[in-house]
Amino acid sequence: MNQPVQNPVRSTPAPGSVGIVVPQRMRFDEPLALRSGASIAGYELVYESYGTLNADRSNAVLICHALNAGHHVAGVYADAPDDTGWWDNMVGPGKPVDTDRFFVIGVNNLGSCFGSTGPMSPNPATGKPYGPDFPVVTVEDWVHAQARLADRLGIERFAAVMGGSLGGMQALAWSTLYPARIAHCVAVATAPKLSAQNIAFNEVARRAIITDPDFHGGRFYEHGVVPARGLQVARMIGHITYLSDDVMAEKFGRALRRHVTDTVLRNDYRFTFDVEFEIESYLRYQGEKFSGYFDANTYLLITRALDYFDPALPCGGDLARALAPAQADFLLVSFTTDWRFAPERSREIVEALLANERRVTYAEIDAPHGHDAFLLDDPQYMAVMRAWFERIDARVRAGARSAAAGSVGRRAP
Amino acid sequence: MTTQPPTLAHPAGGQANGLRPDLALIADWIAPGSQVLDLGCGDGALLAHLQAAKRCRGYGVEINDAQVLACLRAGVDVIQQDIEAGLGMFHAPSFDVVVLSMAIQMTHQTERVLREMSEVGREGIVSLPNFGHWTHAWSLLRGRMPVSRELPYEWYDTPNLHMSTVRDFEDFLRRLGLTITGRAFLRDGEPVGWLPALRSTQAIYRFRRG
Repeated sequence: MNQPVQNPVRSTPAPGSVGIVVPQRMRFDEPLALRSGASIAGYELVYESYGTLNADRSNAVLICHALNAGHHVAGVYADAPDDTGWWDNMVGPGKPVDTDRFFVIGVNNLGSCFGSTGPMSPNPATGKPYGPDFPVVTVEDWVHAQARLADRLGIERFAAVMGGSLGGMQALAWSTLYPARIAHCVAVATAPKLSAQNIAFNEVARRAIITDPDFHGGRFYEHGVVPARGLQVARMIGHITYLSDDVMAEKFGRALRRHVTDTVLRNDYRFTFDVEFEIESYLRYQGEKFSGYFDANTYLLITRALDYFDPALPCGGDLARALAPAQADFLLVSFTTDWRFAPERSREIVEALLANERRVTYAEIDAPHGHDAFLLDDPQYMAVMRAWFERIDARVRAGARSAAAGSVGRRAP
Repeated sequence: MTTQPPTLAHPAGGQANGLRPDLALIADWIAPGSQVLDLGCGDGALLAHLQAAKRCRGYGVEINDAQVLACLRAGVDVIQQDIEAGLGMFHAPSFDVVVLSMAIQMTHQTERVLREMSEVGREGIVSLPNFGHWTHAWSLLRGRMPVSRELPYEWYDTPNLHMSTVRDFEDFLRRLGLTITGRAFLRDGEPVGWLPALRSTQAIYRFRRG
């Protein structure tokens, strides 16, 4: 499935990889007012960057992450060569988001559990971890925090803000909250708001966590435990919704799990409630892996941010009016088999952008993988992203040339 | 009953820009600065030309993956969609012109497509192959389905569902309550003066509501 890498790469470990990367940390002491009315006083954001910021600081691309990812978008860590970034197939030298041309930033959002200030961080008021006292954050809050990071990095305007799923919601929010600071908005496999069914899935996941006896009202850190069973069930539910029925059928079908005690391949049931089918084994494995590294309070916070995202809410449900402030050029991408964030949801966004006569391109990728397709290497998807970023690159270069010409002109008497 | 359409003078220009002849002619009909919707826009050549030469703005609509990529590379904004799935998405913006070039014969719900075109734009422009070309009649007389440059398919592999003659199409526009405001005829890319209903291989119409 992997696309052949286009460009030979110099001193990086794998072809097309940005190579070894080092996360950075930025501290913000000025309080951030949150949409809920609460505010967070003093926080840190962890981020990574790849490529080089050009002289006029016009080639920066911000990558926004979805539910369970973070700032580690591309490359590997020196001490963890197998820990590859979550969008490494998209970002790197010669890749669609080409780090030979763009300065790419990945940032971990507030409330997440990969290093930025979140429920596991000490609450300055108590000295203990925030736990359930960490304020409920929204997509808009994240965007404001990201904008402050951009300020500190000296980036007035992004060439593009980009994300998939929940990340796409952040890219959309950027386009209306900071219209002058985003030239292109790339929103992949996303939606203008969650459906009732989507919220329902999130609620089941949250109930699984909250009702786990090891949750302790969110103060499980103090008890030295994690609500692993709740997190596992939450992840299993999530995973089902990220895959299409067809892919699950193709990957697992009704194949029976071979147990260690089996000497030959089974062709009949074991008549137990233990793992019987391969799909059960797969989901349990995914759940266990997830519960080993993801924070339960973060899961609650991020699913809530998903639920709450609805930019049309203050506009009486009129999405076109909500998106009216946007000035960026848009690329929307959806996948035909994605039933969690179906093409229909992306078309709602396209329709609202058309109503505002914004420049917009919409690609509907015929891929079998469901919602997960946005992280995979479908050739048409990759070609669309590459072509779009080539367009951005051409504009960045044209802008740099005209800026250079302008400064020469100003110097002339 | 309809009368033979009067021949219009072929508009000047348009031939030197490398566009397919019917697109060159359509481009000549579109005023500078127009907001254009190009249905079944293919590789986006018409819109790319209109953007560069006439400061037009607009969108292409295209279902084919390779053509969507070609549009992206040409700097044309394209919405990937089947035009027969309806144009509901395009009702809010105001289009000066909606174009459907060499695609109407492939539509299933031809009447609906034409009706929606007239609803989302102030003016519609359609180019189509003329099934009434005299060589087609000759083919049929010899007992064969016509195969020509504009209709290069055999009967068993053609994507063309709804073929019409020039007169059929004009009747159709009138039946939909649309007023023909311009027409032109081409044979192998060259303008046709006399007997266009028999001698043209392509016809191009512009029309408005009411």
